[in-house]
Amino acid sequence: MSSYYESTDLAKFGQIGEHGKALADEFFKYYGMVTGADGALTRREKALIALAISHSEKCPYCIDAYSTACLEAGANPAQMMEAVHVAAAMKAGITLVHAVQMKNHLDKLVL
Amino acid sequence: MNKSIPLRALAAVPAPESPRHDFDALLQSRGLALPPLGITTLQVNITKMCNQVCRHCHVDASPKRTEALSRAGVERCVELLADYPEIRTLDITGGAPELHPDFEWMVGQARALDRHVMVRHNLTVTFDGHPRTGASLAHLPDFFARHRCELVCSLPYYQEFFTDAQRGDGVFAKSIAGLQRLNALGYGRDGSGLSLNLVYNPVGPYLPAAQSVLQADYKRELTSRFGIEFNQLYTITNMPINRFRVHLEKSGQYEGYMDKLLGAFNADAAAGVMCRTLISVGHDGSLYDCDFNQMQDMPVAGATGRAATIFDFDFAALMRRQIRFASHCLGCTAGAGSSCGGATT
Repeated sequence: MSSYYESTDLAKFGQIGEHGKALADEFFKYYGMVTGADGALTRREKALIALAISHSEKCPYCIDAYSTACLEAGANPAQMMEAVHVAAAMKAGITLVHAVQMKNHLDKLVL
Repeated sequence: MNKSIPLRALAAVPAPESPRHDFDALLQSRGLALPPLGITTLQVNITKMCNQVCRHCHVDASPKRTEALSRAGVERCVELLADYPEIRTLDITGGAPELHPDFEWMVGQARALDRHVMVRHNLTVTFDGHPRTGASLAHLPDFFARHRCELVCSLPYYQEFFTDAQRGDGVFAKSIAGLQRLNALGYGRDGSGLSLNLVYNPVGPYLPAAQSVLQADYKRELTSRFGIEFNQLYTITNMPINRFRVHLEKSGQYEGYMDKLLGAFNADAAAGVMCRTLISVGHDGSLYDCDFNQMQDMPVAGATGRAATIFDFDFAALMRRQIRFASHCLGCTAGAGSSCGGATT
């Protein structure tokens, strides 16, 4: 194997059912129900959320899959990029909000 | 990404087809038969010349193409409309059909026969004029309105980025100006009876979003940003042939796209494919099941074993024909289906 991430591996996702078919079947059924149809959120909204999470979780398979899914749900590059900015802003905010913990500890340490 | 697309993709040798993309075998395995249902539309590809060079074009149309239906061929098409009242619609396509010297005569004759005339109008030819002679075509909107033609106009997205990526720099701005001019004549306005329909194509190897969802987006955005109105949006899947196929093969996406189309095969969409109700006419008068078969050089077989033509047009025999399918037909049967009139489900 030349790399840990091969783009062709995405098409093999279903093969996880070779070991633990019942669990895999339940997962894919659930996955399809959540992402594959309009619900309280539209398919487009769900695809944009998934695209943002794909980036924050740094999953190249998911980035490929949900970039396509966003286009197939009628989203455009401006909306997709904004979704990634939401993920980035959350990451930055999550990092920075921990500075409160740092300040709390500083307050305890500093005379 | 390699952005270069040859003007004549036909020169490229396509890769061998995979057996899993055999459309006839797929129909057989699903127990489906798709015989002709009628001939209600005569779709004439009157010229391959176009002022644009779109990256997905299944015709490989460009200013350099000179293939065009002869005057005798145009006259014969009008005769067919007169002889067969079952053919209610004349659908004129190309290329940019307005570049054919007999286009306006043909429209006038068909309208005099009280036929519905659809023109696949690219919006920019009005401004660009004839790419070889330089003749102005600024009168086209008035001509269309006077003859009450239905217009079907490509606009791959309601934003510039996708539209210009597919159709060329500056096309979006000219298309918007073209739509505004048509609106000013009443096209797309409620109660005018002047139909203005838009066509969405994906700008790559993916399927269109739901037609109703995209139509709502287009109406909201085009109205709020440009004051544009139109009637319907048709979503059309990109066919894996000619220029688009070359792009797929050069970018290593052909097999993946075909597998996507196969995986999205929809029997209901297949039942509504356009080849069941139309006949396509090529620039030499040959008959085809559709414009895509025409570009794949898959004519309808005539009585003599050669291609059937408008000159030996046999309505009853055409109704008995076996429609010819190939792997590209997966494009019309994927998802919500695809035809020159949009989704088929």
